[in-house]
Amino acid sequence: MKARLSAVWRPGAASQEKRAELAHGALAVGLLVVIALIAVTVFSKAWPSFAHNGLSWFGSGGDVDTQLGAMINGPKDPAHYEYHFRAWPLIWGTILTSGMAVVLGMVVSIFAAVFIVEFAPKTVRTVIDPVIRLLAGVPSVVYGLIGILAIAPWVEHNLISEQRKRSVEYVVQLTGANLSVATLILTLMIVPIMVAIVVSALEAVPKSWTEGSAALGVNRWRTMWRVSLRTVRPAIVAAAVLAAARALGEAIMLSMVSGSRGFAPNLLDGPTALFEPVRPLAATIIDYIDSLSVVPLGQTLYAMTAVLLVSCGLLSLAAWAAKQPMKRYGIRA
Amino acid sequence: MASAPHTLTPPAGAIRASRKRDSVRSWPLLDRVAFGLCWTVGIGLCAVTAAIVLFMLVKGVAYLRPQLLLESPSASPSQATSGGFLDPIEGTLLLTAIGIAIAAPVGVVVGTWMSEYQRPAGLARAVESSVEMISGAPSVLLALFGLVLFARPALAFLSQTSAGGSVFGKSFLTAGAMMSLIALPLVVISTREALMGVPAHVREASYALGKTRATTIRRVLLPSIKPSIASGVTLGIGRIIGDTAIVVILLGAGLRIEGAGGLPGLSTLRGTGGTLTSYVRYNSPAGEGNAHEKAYAAAFVLLIMVLVLNVIVMRLSRGRAWTR
Repeated sequence: MKARLSAVWRPGAASQEKRAELAHGALAVGLLVVIALIAVTVFSKAWPSFAHNGLSWFGSGGDVDTQLGAMINGPKDPAHYEYHFRAWPLIWGTILTSGMAVVLGMVVSIFAAVFIVEFAPKTVRTVIDPVIRLLAGVPSVVYGLIGILAIAPWVEHNLISEQRKRSVEYVVQLTGANLSVATLILTLMIVPIMVAIVVSALEAVPKSWTEGSAALGVNRWRTMWRVSLRTVRPAIVAAAVLAAARALGEAIMLSMVSGSRGFAPNLLDGPTALFEPVRPLAATIIDYIDSLSVVPLGQTLYAMTAVLLVSCGLLSLAAWAAKQPMKRYGIRA
Repeated sequence: MASAPHTLTPPAGAIRASRKRDSVRSWPLLDRVAFGLCWTVGIGLCAVTAAIVLFMLVKGVAYLRPQLLLESPSASPSQATSGGFLDPIEGTLLLTAIGIAIAAPVGVVVGTWMSEYQRPAGLARAVESSVEMISGAPSVLLALFGLVLFARPALAFLSQTSAGGSVFGKSFLTAGAMMSLIALPLVVISTREALMGVPAHVREASYALGKTRATTIRRVLLPSIKPSIASGVTLGIGRIIGDTAIVVILLGAGLRIEGAGGLPGLSTLRGTGGTLTSYVRYNSPAGEGNAHEKAYAAAFVLLIMVLVLNVIVMRLSRGRAWTR
C-alpha cells in the first residue's frame, strides 16, 4: 500500500522498487537454504550410525567411552566398521544438566526480573542492567576455567566426604568436576537470557493493567504475581525453552567442568548423584573431535549432532509458538 | 507499527503518593518473603558478577605480563618457556573481522526485509523462525556442518588441499563464515526491532516527498537506526570473540597462525590458527598445555575485551532516538 503511493511519480521507479525488494528477499531466503543445508548435511553424515544401531542407539547398555574407543581402534575396512553405540548415558547427562539448570534458572530469573522491573530503585537498576548483559557476554571458556580451577577443587575438598567417595568407589570416582558444578555454572550462563526475555515482556505489560490492580489496593508484589507475571506466562515459557536450547548446545564449559566421563548419574544414589560425573552430548562431541577423521566415530559424532539439531529445532519452534498468545494483547516479546 | 491507544494517565504524583503509603511492612508475610527473595536474587546476581570480575582481575594482574602480549606461543611443558599469546590475539581479531564483515551487511539486509517488505507473508514467517533457529543452534552444530560444507572440492579455494586431494576445510575463512552465522541473528533482530520502532509518519513523510521505498530505506530509515545497528553488530562481535567450539573444530585451534600457500595475505586467511578462547582451553586442565597462569592471563584479556564491548553497547543504546 505504501509502495503504491510512492510509485506514482516516476515510471522507472517501480522496476527499481521490485529489484530492491527481490535483492532483500533473496538474502532472507538464503537463510532458509542454510537451514535446509544444515539439516541435510548433518543427517546424511549421521545416517550410518543410526542405521547400524536402530532405535537402540538411544538406549542404554555398556560404557560409552569404551564403545567410542572401540570405534577408534576398530577395523579400517569399510565393510567391518565398528558402529555399536548406546547413547543413553550422554542423553541422560544432557537432560539432567539442562533440565536442572532450566528449572533453577527459571526460579532465579523470575524473581530477578520482578526485582528489576518493579522493586529495584533507579540507582540499582542502572547497575543491574549492565551486570546482566555482562553475565550473558562472558565467554563460556572463561566460565569453564573458573569452574575447573576455582569451584571444582573447592567442591571436592569441602562438599564431598570420604565416606561418600567410598560409597560409590566401585562404580565411579567422585571428583570436583561433577553434575552439581556443571549445573550451577550452566544456570549462571542461561539466567541472563531468561531475565532479558522476562524483563522485556514485563515492561510491555500495559501500565493501565497494573495501575488498575494497584487502585484496588493490591500491593506491588501481588500485582506483579497476579497481573503482570500471569500476562507474560507465554514469555516465561519461551524464555525457558530458549534457555534450554542454549543449555543443550553448551559444549566447551561442560566438557571442562562436568567430569568428562560418559557416566549416567544414578538417581538411586540419592544426593551422591549430584557429585557424580556426567557428560552431555555436545561436550562429548568436543571431547572426541580430534578423532573425527575416524569414519565410524565421525559418523557417530554427527549422529549426536543430529540429535542436538532436532531437539534445538523443536525447542525453537516451541518458543515461537509459545510467544504467539502475547501478540493477542499487542505485546511483542 | 500502529501507535498505541492513548490511555488516560492519572495526574503526576497520584501514584507516587499511593506508593508511599504502601509500606512493605503492611504486607502479608508471604508477600514480604517474596519481596525479600526478589532483592536477594537481584543483589546476588550482582554479587556473583562482581566476584567473577574481581577473581579474574586478581588472577589477571598476578599473571599478565606485557611480554605475554608480544610473544608467540610455543608448545612446551614448562610455563616459563611456552611463550605468550600474540598469535591467539591476532587470531581473535582476524576471525572477528571476517565474521562481522559477512554478518553485518547480510544481517542489516535481512532485518530490513523482515521489517519493511515481509512479502509473501508465509515466507516472512518462515524467515523469522529460521532466524530464531539459527540463533538457537549450538555452535558445535554449525561448526560440524561447516566442516562438511567446506570440505567439498568446489570450496577448496577457502582452505588447504592435502597432497591426496582431500580438502582440509579448516581455515580462517571457513571459521569466519560460520562465525558470521552466530552473529547474524543479533544483527538481524536489532535491525528489525529498530526499524519497527521508527514511527510511521517518518516513512510517510518520505513517501510524500516522492521517494521510493528503496530510497526511503537507504536515505531515511537506515541512517536513523544507526545506533541500533551498531549495538547489534557489537553484540555480534562479543558472541564471535567468546565462541570456542567453532575455533576448535574449524580453525584447528593451533597455537600459532600457520599460513597455507604462497600469497602473503591470502595464505593467512586460508591457513589455520587459534584464538584466545582456544588458547584458554588449551592451557586449562582440560587441554594439553595445562598452564594455569597462561590460561588466567589470556582469560583476563578476553574478559577485558568483553567488558569494553559491553560499555560500547551501553553507550550506543543510551542514544536511541524513538524507542520508549
